[in-house]
Amino acid sequence: MSSVSQYFSGLFTGIKSLMLGMSVTWKELWTKKVTQQYPENRGTLVISDRFRAELTMPHDENNEHACTACGICQMNCPNGTITVNSKMIETEDGKKKKILDTYQWDLGMCTFCNLCVLTCPSDAIKFENTFENAVFTRSKLMQQLNHEGSKLREKKKEPLIPKGE
Amino acid sequence: MVLNYSQPLEISNLTSWLDSTLRGNLSEFWALLIEFVLVAVVLLTAYAVIALILIYAERKITAFFQARYGPNRVGKWGLLQSVADMVKILLKEIVRINRSDRFLFFAAPFFMIIASMLTFGAIAFGKGLHAIDFNIGVLYVTAVSSLGIIGVLLAGWSSNNKYSMIGAMRSGAQFVSYELSAGFALMTIVVLAGTMQFSTMIEGQRYCWNIFNGHISSIIAFVIYLISGHAETNRGPFDLPEAESELTAGYHTEYSGLQFGFYYLAEYLNMFIIASIATTVFLGGYMPIQVHGWDGFNQIMAYIPTYVWFFGKTAVLIFLSLWVRWSFPRLRIDQLLNLEWKYLLPINLVNLLLMVILVLTGFTLTGLFPGLF
Repeated sequence: MSSVSQYFSGLFTGIKSLMLGMSVTWKELWTKKVTQQYPENRGTLVISDRFRAELTMPHDENNEHACTACGICQMNCPNGTITVNSKMIETEDGKKKKILDTYQWDLGMCTFCNLCVLTCPSDAIKFENTFENAVFTRSKLMQQLNHEGSKLREKKKEPLIPKGE
Repeated sequence: MVLNYSQPLEISNLTSWLDSTLRGNLSEFWALLIEFVLVAVVLLTAYAVIALILIYAERKITAFFQARYGPNRVGKWGLLQSVADMVKILLKEIVRINRSDRFLFFAAPFFMIIASMLTFGAIAFGKGLHAIDFNIGVLYVTAVSSLGIIGVLLAGWSSNNKYSMIGAMRSGAQFVSYELSAGFALMTIVVLAGTMQFSTMIEGQRYCWNIFNGHISSIIAFVIYLISGHAETNRGPFDLPEAESELTAGYHTEYSGLQFGFYYLAEYLNMFIIASIATTVFLGGYMPIQVHGWDGFNQIMAYIPTYVWFFGKTAVLIFLSLWVRWSFPRLRIDQLLNLEWKYLLPINLVNLLLMVILVLTGFTLTGLFPGLF
């Protein structure tokens, strides 16, 4: 190809691609705005279900949770944000049993790696997408996840969260 | 005072009434003096107001191109955002740079703003709203608008900062190169219009705008003028003087407060000036759309004031410039100079020759269809 034809073909392909680019941006001009007007649209704001903002321990309507106080989450936590305090009780048939006393989680230390949820054998904890976690004092970041007076759910029941979700 | 009922919304009614009252009550010297001062005040105010509107419009349109909302917190739809920015810039401290060339450092922004102010005066905003109307208007505009580059080079030189210096040199190379193309594109239309005076040029476009009159040649000249005008104003994709990663903010790195405000203002106003010169030269300036023989239509169009036509056409061109800015990636400095010296300039020279042939052989639209246009 001679340099002259190269010059002109370059010129015209250049013009063509510029027009193509402008048509793309013209279409983009009329697309829906993606900015979230956050404080105003709290009612309609959609946060992904997979967003990890706050560790929670789901309780059912009988105020029962699934945590057996095995402490695997505490062992797996890379930052030591979880403290599982257990206590020994004596059941009706005279057996000794370890149950959950308090489940402490420190939001300020958590990196939201999800290792605790992944390793929990009884699916007792999960991450929620409630992201408005700002507080005024650091002590408020320390949370107790098990509710007051809650107890372990009986074995036969279905787990609250099915496996694999 | 005779009210012009056919065009009641024209500002020229007001100005001619003002002129006749002043001349009736005062001697000619004082009347002229008051008029000069008034024109200066109005132009300066318009300069600032147009810049504020442009900054707002640019931020909004930019946001829309990027699927954002843009400023929407200060005032309704963020309308007061640029006013707030202006107040902020006025309150900022003017920093003195150690071992900078103090005098040139302070003088540089004035070169920039005066150059764009002088060009601003030559724009015909509407019928009778035309401060400077030389018989060599086109030449005047190209001459005074090139003064601005002195401000840029001085700013880079006097800042005692190598980034500013490199930015200024880049800007200078870019400006000088593209000035050539812009000049040739205007020259092409001067050949077609047969005059350099803006008012005559606009009157000549009553029924057929220059961009249609010279068809192929005019359209090429129009595109080249827009490209080179865009490059002259140092705006993306030609915003090489301002490269955050290489040169920080380019030639105005060391400026703050009002001095930076001057550069900022001049940048936006230069965009407006380029668009308005293009409007005047190619799109019939303040002339309404008029068609031979359609008298009713012509009257309705002429009822819309001329300044509305002018600002409407200019706004379209400014939108085009923003559209280009947010469509294309930045050029490298060698690509930038390639585009000018290997493409725009040769095409421009051939185009000028083509226009001369078109005019001489009568192949313009007015020459081909004398009754229609």
